[in-house]
Amino acid sequence: MAYKTLIGLEIHVELATKTKMFCSCSNEFGNEANTQCCPVCLGLPGALPVVNKSALEYAIRAGLAFNCNIATNTMMDRKNYFYPDLVKGFQITQADIPLCTGGYIEVDTKDGSKKVGLIRIHIEEDTGKSIHTESGDSLLDYNRSGVPLIEIVTKPEMNSKEEAQDFLEKLKSTLQYIEISDCKMEEGSLRCDINLNVVDEERGIKTNISEIKNLNSFSAVGKAIEYEEKRHISLLEQGRNTKRETRRWNEVENKTIVMRSKEVAADYRYGTEPDIAPIVIDKDWIEEIRANLPELPQQKKARFIREYNLPEYDAKVLTQSKELSQFFEETAKLSQDPKQVSNWIMGDLLRRINDEGIEIKDLKFTSKDLVDLLKLINDGKISNNIGKKVFREMFETGKKPEDIVKEKGLIQISDEGELKKVIEKVLAENEKSVMDYKNGKKRALGYIIGQVMKATKGKANPQLVNKIVTDMLNEK
Amino acid sequence: MITSLSAIEIREKLKSKEISAKEIVTAYLKRIEEMEPKINAFITITEEEALKAAEKVDEKVREGKELGLLAGIPVAIKDNISTRGIRTTCASKMLENYIPPFEATVVEKIKEEDGIIVGKTNMDEFAMGSSTENSYFGATRNPIDTERVPGGSSGGSAAAVSAKEVPLALGTDTGGSIRQPAAFCGVVGIKPTYGLVSRYGVVPMANSLDQVGTFGRNVEDAALLLQVIAGHDKKDSTSVEIDKVDYIEKLKEDIKGMKVAIPKEYVQLNIDAKIKDCFLNTAKLLEKLGLVVEEVSIPSLKDSLPDYYIISTSELSTNMSRFDGIRYGYRTKDYKDIDELIKKSRSEAFGKEVKRRIMLGTYSLSKGHAEEYYKKALKVRTLIKNDFDNVFKNYHIILGPTTPTLPFKIGEITDPVTMYKSDLFTVAVNLAGICAISLPCGYADNLPIGLQIMGDRFKEINILKAAYALEMNLGGAK
Repeated sequence: MAYKTLIGLEIHVELATKTKMFCSCSNEFGNEANTQCCPVCLGLPGALPVVNKSALEYAIRAGLAFNCNIATNTMMDRKNYFYPDLVKGFQITQADIPLCTGGYIEVDTKDGSKKVGLIRIHIEEDTGKSIHTESGDSLLDYNRSGVPLIEIVTKPEMNSKEEAQDFLEKLKSTLQYIEISDCKMEEGSLRCDINLNVVDEERGIKTNISEIKNLNSFSAVGKAIEYEEKRHISLLEQGRNTKRETRRWNEVENKTIVMRSKEVAADYRYGTEPDIAPIVIDKDWIEEIRANLPELPQQKKARFIREYNLPEYDAKVLTQSKELSQFFEETAKLSQDPKQVSNWIMGDLLRRINDEGIEIKDLKFTSKDLVDLLKLINDGKISNNIGKKVFREMFETGKKPEDIVKEKGLIQISDEGELKKVIEKVLAENEKSVMDYKNGKKRALGYIIGQVMKATKGKANPQLVNKIVTDMLNEK
Repeated sequence: MITSLSAIEIREKLKSKEISAKEIVTAYLKRIEEMEPKINAFITITEEEALKAAEKVDEKVREGKELGLLAGIPVAIKDNISTRGIRTTCASKMLENYIPPFEATVVEKIKEEDGIIVGKTNMDEFAMGSSTENSYFGATRNPIDTERVPGGSSGGSAAAVSAKEVPLALGTDTGGSIRQPAAFCGVVGIKPTYGLVSRYGVVPMANSLDQVGTFGRNVEDAALLLQVIAGHDKKDSTSVEIDKVDYIEKLKEDIKGMKVAIPKEYVQLNIDAKIKDCFLNTAKLLEKLGLVVEEVSIPSLKDSLPDYYIISTSELSTNMSRFDGIRYGYRTKDYKDIDELIKKSRSEAFGKEVKRRIMLGTYSLSKGHAEEYYKKALKVRTLIKNDFDNVFKNYHIILGPTTPTLPFKIGEITDPVTMYKSDLFTVAVNLAGICAISLPCGYADNLPIGLQIMGDRFKEINILKAAYALEMNLGGAK
């Protein structure tokens, strides 16, 4: 039984322009309800939309970053339906002639990388937000009405939840790199719907496509795909088929539930938006935007491998976000050992950042501080382990590494004479271990070294300790 | 009599300190009070605001400050044009108490030129109609014969000017809504080229056809108001950036040698004989004045009425969707869910004609019909536009009657399609986006007959010059 899952995604991304798509109201998130509205985004009779050039530019940036064709002649259309959060009773969007067509995003699969094709990217306005209370009231906040969106529609070329999740990670990373959106699913600036069906390759049967909505995180996307895949396959195995319908992902019960049947598709009566003249985009402007595109993640990854001699894995991790890659590069440029920087960032730094749930810009210390810390280690002034302790303190307090070392008296003991004194004492107190070592139990060495480190509160230079202890034991 | 003065005369007398703005406004408010019970041209009269504005203008005169082009002149505004703080009803129950928090650009411009707004005029509900009988606030009566309609949808503005309640008024024209009432009320009405005047703040009926235009008792007055409201507005993406023309200066220029086209399709039509005679006699007069008058064929004219009704209803059906009873306007009292809220509010607050046109338009745009109706209508529109472009290659203006009939009696026409046919001569102008003016060219049975002069895009000066010369030669305005 060979089953192939076909997954397409429909993603809405809020553009981080200063103002809304068709008016000059602020596009800021999180303010008091209904304080960022005007006649245009409230759809008051007589108000007229004016296209936000910035939004157009951001959308073109996205199209270029994903290798799309950019239309030089495009236009806006009306999509008609009634809903309280849709102030005009229609949404201004693009139907027939989208701004961008074609394009692709490369994703990692178990068999290497592959291109997932895009069908189109178009611009449109967002609706207001409905909040349904327990008492049955519906509250409407129109701050979001008119916010600029791009809608990205992919071809159904993803075949697993891993591919879909990687697609979303790559999408988010690129969008953040070109600085057109902060892509926060929790804040709604990135929304994703799934279109999924399964093909029984042996019998040549395809199930009907399910559309899945209400996904609030990339992990929910993965879980929903997993659930739907199973549901489709299970029906196929029973000789049945899925219905063509829209389903809602229920995060609590971990399953999808029918929302509405797609058999009678809504008639949106699409027509041209007559208040906005056809949009003509100058080819020179497109080239200017292309020239000003920042370095994209794939390009940066390749450069890191080349310039800093990093392994592919490191380059991939470090370029997953623009901020992280910038922090790495700042630090690497000041240090002599990019690989060491990479290790520290991938290890200690990323771990703490993820645990605390903060961002690079919230770090209390700077690239230079990290370089100074590494220099202290490389110069032998402190051991690697002590270095990790210092790092922890830097992270929490933002104090300079030299200051921390001084305050806590963490300078490594590298004086042989001083070390010999301590070691002699430890050996004297641990005659049994000495005997064990002499009798061939090599593990005893580790124990003794451990005791020396304990006695010096970890400050002894571990390499020296190892050497001296070994020598002294062998002398005995 | 102050109310017999033209707008231009009013401004001159104000400037020379012969009369004050307060006297002017008081005289017109008195006239309004006298005439309103007979004609019902106004929905809202803004007496207090008008007197305050007059006060400010008088202050400017006293201080010797520069006076705007409309200084001291009372202006009436059709009630589908947003006025900040003053209710804007579109003659509908849906917006009976709607007070816009913003102002239409054309209103801003009038105020900037010291024009004094005295009130909002009656109209067919949401501009859908040709008689001003479709108003939630009752019909307006034609001042020339109060048993008859003033035309529509800008009937209130036309009647107000005709009855000397105001010297100037704004209207809107989507398929003839300024020109037809101008003809019925014996006044001058101008529909500018699409894109010349800002639509920001004007409640849309059909976005690709609507234009704000002007009414005056003579050509010069109507042109004066046009001068003020014309001009690019960056808040309206369909308004055009074009060099300003001084209409007042240029409309008195010589018209000898201008070439006039008369569509043979108009001559062949079965219309009121008196209207046809008046129109043909005017053509002969123009020849006498030294113009070249020739017959041309504009074949697509015969399709203009159905084309107009498909395109305009398609556009308006989407424009009307925002009235859902949720944020402003009328909301039904009892509802159990959102569907009921929306359905009942709209059913209870929209008049018959509005509902009829929304249904027509929704049908034209719907799946399975859009290709056949809406998309086809767009193609026919291009043919109409091309026909006009071809004529204007060789002619300065096109002449025709404004309406096929004399003003009819209130309640006389009940069949909607018969009503739609009132727009026979006017809709093609909106479809092609060109400009046109209607002015009185004669009387029959004591009822006025309107003559329509059409001009190429942004060539308002051609129709204004011809209209002015005709007006002078027909004995001047009444």
